[in-house]
Amino acid sequence: MQQLAYIGRRLIQLIPVLIGISIISFLLVKLSPGDPIRLLLGPRATDDAVAAVRITYGLDEPLLKQYFIYLGNLLAGDLGRSLRYRIPVSDLIVQFLPRTLFLIAYVMSLTLPLTIGLAIVAARHQGRWLDQVIRIFSILGMTIPVFWLAVLMARYFGAELGWFPVSGWGSGFMSHLHHLFLPALSTSLWLIPLLVRNLRGALIEQMESDYVVASRAKGLPESYIFRRHILRNSLLPTLHLLGVMIAFLVGGSVIVEIVYAVPGLGALMVGSVIGRDFYVVQGLTLVYAIGTVLVTLTVDMLTAVIDPRTSA
Amino acid sequence: MTDVATFTPQRSTVPSAGKLEIIIGSAIIVTWLAMALGAQWIAPYDPNTISLMDILKGPSLAHPFGTDHLGRDVLSRVIFGARIDIWMGFIGVLAPLVIGVTIGLVSGYFGGFIDTFMMRLVDVTVAFPFFILVIAIVGVLGPGLSNYFIALALVAWVAYARLIRAEVLVLKRAEFIDAARALGYSHRAILLRHILPNSLGPIVIYAWTDAVLVILAGASLGFLGLGAQPPTAEWGVMISDGQPYVIQAWWICFFPGLAAVTLGLGLILVSDGMSRRMRIVQ
Repeated sequence: MQQLAYIGRRLIQLIPVLIGISIISFLLVKLSPGDPIRLLLGPRATDDAVAAVRITYGLDEPLLKQYFIYLGNLLAGDLGRSLRYRIPVSDLIVQFLPRTLFLIAYVMSLTLPLTIGLAIVAARHQGRWLDQVIRIFSILGMTIPVFWLAVLMARYFGAELGWFPVSGWGSGFMSHLHHLFLPALSTSLWLIPLLVRNLRGALIEQMESDYVVASRAKGLPESYIFRRHILRNSLLPTLHLLGVMIAFLVGGSVIVEIVYAVPGLGALMVGSVIGRDFYVVQGLTLVYAIGTVLVTLTVDMLTAVIDPRTSA
Repeated sequence: MTDVATFTPQRSTVPSAGKLEIIIGSAIIVTWLAMALGAQWIAPYDPNTISLMDILKGPSLAHPFGTDHLGRDVLSRVIFGARIDIWMGFIGVLAPLVIGVTIGLVSGYFGGFIDTFMMRLVDVTVAFPFFILVIAIVGVLGPGLSNYFIALALVAWVAYARLIRAEVLVLKRAEFIDAARALGYSHRAILLRHILPNSLGPIVIYAWTDAVLVILAGASLGFLGLGAQPPTAEWGVMISDGQPYVIQAWWICFFPGLAAVTLGLGLILVSDGMSRRMRIVQ
């Protein structure tokens, strides 16, 4: 019951955040120093033609009214039209989305087992040399430019050894796995150190808590305590990790998609920014933000279900 | 006297925790700063001189880091690049820090409507993945370093505002603040002279890590063609320049990235060392 109330409250809190997201993405295009209608019609359009389109798009209305028009369009699923592709932005996003989702799922399936394994090793050897080695790697990982790692890996494993393709995303599931291996691995190698640092701290906190001391005092074997108590209680920090990961994952995927020419949302984003296709940039920013919010929401809800104390 | 006697040995049990990190980290940072400031004397060549005789030459005594596709000396470009990337880290941290600290101080201290509004704004801003929002803002304003700084000022202040607000909420209930208020100090004096100095600790530690994020994000923008513009010797731009030639000439990409890693290492070490020392003091 308490959990249901918590979930309800969490959903209500979502509303102002979603409204805020829509306001920011609306203002984004207003920031632009140029005139989007001029861009749409090209440099040779007459002033009359520009004025006419301005009226059809409602751009002569006051800002607040324009926002409500935008919000109404959003609720109807209309994100505007791409200036470059001449199709609705939502169609474009639906077309590019699966590649990015595939890449993100791939990165996660490489990252999570390694992160959890390394964090456990580091936490169990806290302060000893193995922990120090992992710590040094985790510091190094925070300083590595992910695009640099991606370029070098493409050169070595792709061009020099010829083990993996270095661009595109192939056709068919196995081919996707093969094509996206290097993009996923380079993102993952960059992400793991950040996450190990995070999870190691959480594990050590568990290992020093009272119930572990009590179990030790009872004479339970160390490995039993670790499996039955510490690991179970580390489920929540691991879940929390997913929430931490998502923003990094999305940011990293943009760059890696460019390096490996994967036709996903990130490549679309950068292409649209360079091509000054503002409605696509606006729509993508909105979709990325809503995606992130939904992941965080899911993590919070799962946390509430697993550990009722957090929903108090 | 007895206080001092019992206090001193306690501290000396871990006197060096974090010290080594801070020393190594500062040494790396100072070295890079010296290279950036003295680039015109240290760099063996001009970073932008094109030499068609020396295109894509591997590392040698004349060119320790090799030359790029226009025959420019990679070592000299890496050294001059330090100017841009350190500058990027400095301004990119300072602007959001000042904005975030101001907002966090005011909203935490006075509370009420300003606080509610600001914290809603923070919630909404963090809903966007950081790098996406930065790309979007830079994209709309137009590529270039100054627009990157504007994007950071708009986005990155939230972390500082949150950190400082949390400190202020605790501090404003402290007795010495009550005392200051009872003595008739103005809000302004209390905020600037009592609360601000006592709440800066976490901010300073975070700022070093933030500098790494800002430099890496800036280099990424350079790589994508949205940050510093060619032919500027900026590390991200250099990696982007070298990418088409990476198969024959790995050195064009390799050394600028290594430079970013070493500078980042210095910054993270200082941040790590400082947070370890803080924990001991507490």
